[in-house]
Amino acid sequence: MALPARSIAARAVALLLALCPGTAPSSARAQARDMILATTTSTHDSGLLDSLLPVFRASSGIEMKVIAVGSGAALAMARTGDADAVLVHAPEAERPYVESADLVEGVRVMHNDFLLVGPGEDPAGARAAGGLAAALRKVAALGPFISRGDGSGTERKELQLWKAAGIDPLRVARREETGQGMGATLLVASERRGYTLTDRGTYLALRPRLDLVPLVEGDPTLLNVYHAYVVNPAKHAKVNAAEARAFVAFLASERAQVMIGSFGTSRFGQPLFFPDAGKGLP
Amino acid sequence: MRDAIALLLGGDAELYGIIGRTLAISGMATLVAMLVGVPLGYALARGRFPGRTLLLGAVNTGMGMPPVVVGLVVWLLLTRSGPLGDWGLIYTREAMVVAQFVIATPLVVGFTAASIQALPAQLPDLLASLGAGRLRTLWILSAEARLGLLAAVMAGFGAIVSEVGASMTVGGNLRGSTRVLTTAIVTETSRGNLPVALALGCLLLSLAFAVNLLLTLIQQRRNG
Repeated sequence: MALPARSIAARAVALLLALCPGTAPSSARAQARDMILATTTSTHDSGLLDSLLPVFRASSGIEMKVIAVGSGAALAMARTGDADAVLVHAPEAERPYVESADLVEGVRVMHNDFLLVGPGEDPAGARAAGGLAAALRKVAALGPFISRGDGSGTERKELQLWKAAGIDPLRVARREETGQGMGATLLVASERRGYTLTDRGTYLALRPRLDLVPLVEGDPTLLNVYHAYVVNPAKHAKVNAAEARAFVAFLASERAQVMIGSFGTSRFGQPLFFPDAGKGLP
Repeated sequence: MRDAIALLLGGDAELYGIIGRTLAISGMATLVAMLVGVPLGYALARGRFPGRTLLLGAVNTGMGMPPVVVGLVVWLLLTRSGPLGDWGLIYTREAMVVAQFVIATPLVVGFTAASIQALPAQLPDLLASLGAGRLRTLWILSAEARLGLLAAVMAGFGAIVSEVGASMTVGGNLRGSTRVLTTAIVTETSRGNLPVALALGCLLLSLAFAVNLLLTLIQQRRNG
């Protein structure tokens, strides 16, 4: 029943679109292989996916639709079967989805780390505090702290770090939530002369525009791990499983791993991500 | 800033693609909104039926409908797990046309109804007594209401070409496929490429100006 309705509607709209100059009817291309990747904003805002995807398309013929949202929203799309694969960095948040078998065949793709960044003059004294927890307590006392506030992997990490430092996030001085991606949040923090938690990749990509410097880095709890999963086709019938598997396999492939490891080195003088395939979960 | 100027003058293929797509999607949505909205607006202006005032009120509310809400509702309908998910339209230009159509139509209906109502009420009867058929009457009335009808096109097109929430939600801002000027501006802003974002903004503004100038020339013809 669904098929005729789909083709009639799609053809009608395609016909209408074909009438205007400048667009090829995209439903003709919908017959070709495509898939939806729900991912975090950091892989998109840093430009990593823009460099990987043409290679994937050339080798597989699969057209990728990248929906860049926070990790929380990306995981929600997996639960409803609205995405075929996810690339996320929120191990704690991923676990329930793996347990409920919405996400399967996960691989560890890469890592980088989180940084506590803030204005160079560091009014709260985070740099000299001696350690992450002490620095967070200093920041909590003075602020302002700019949070993602969008349910992303970065925000989850931020909330974990407050908790580990014995601080109630609601008591952080002038803690404000942007509800936006990492790039936008960094820009707000820079303008407001505030502190924020960021992944290294997005920070380096935006650094020329920012008046922010890294204040605390290198703490083991600041590790930021990216996993890729296939959305379980056994639970969600409409998932393009073959395409999703091909993409996850591509991310773990030698070729993609080399590209991930060298991405950004010529522009930023250091890699933004470190390839991790074969290290298992988490 | 040099990047931005180079981008505008150099005009790479991707930028032309974004411009063409923006015009095609919003143009198509405006066209369909006119096809549906002008007859509806006419019926609302000339019809006498119960609930007409209520409907007009609803249309006037729809003229201020938040695009991001329209985007959310269309997304829920078209997404794979939604009731129309089998159509496979989510994250396509077609989905963007649908959302923009929903945003533009109340504007077209409202402006059309207002411009038809501004014509003398006896005009249709007069035309009928002169022997004009239904279609011909509609045609003459439309010509008389040209000012208002072209205002309807401009309001509809202007609203959707500058809209970002719905286009982002249902189109997904896919590079080379559903990225239009407004969503490209959001992308460049979040990547910190502010001069490029600003250049794209100027481009969008000049594009809207060119389209409106063209429509205004048609509107003002024989009126000057």
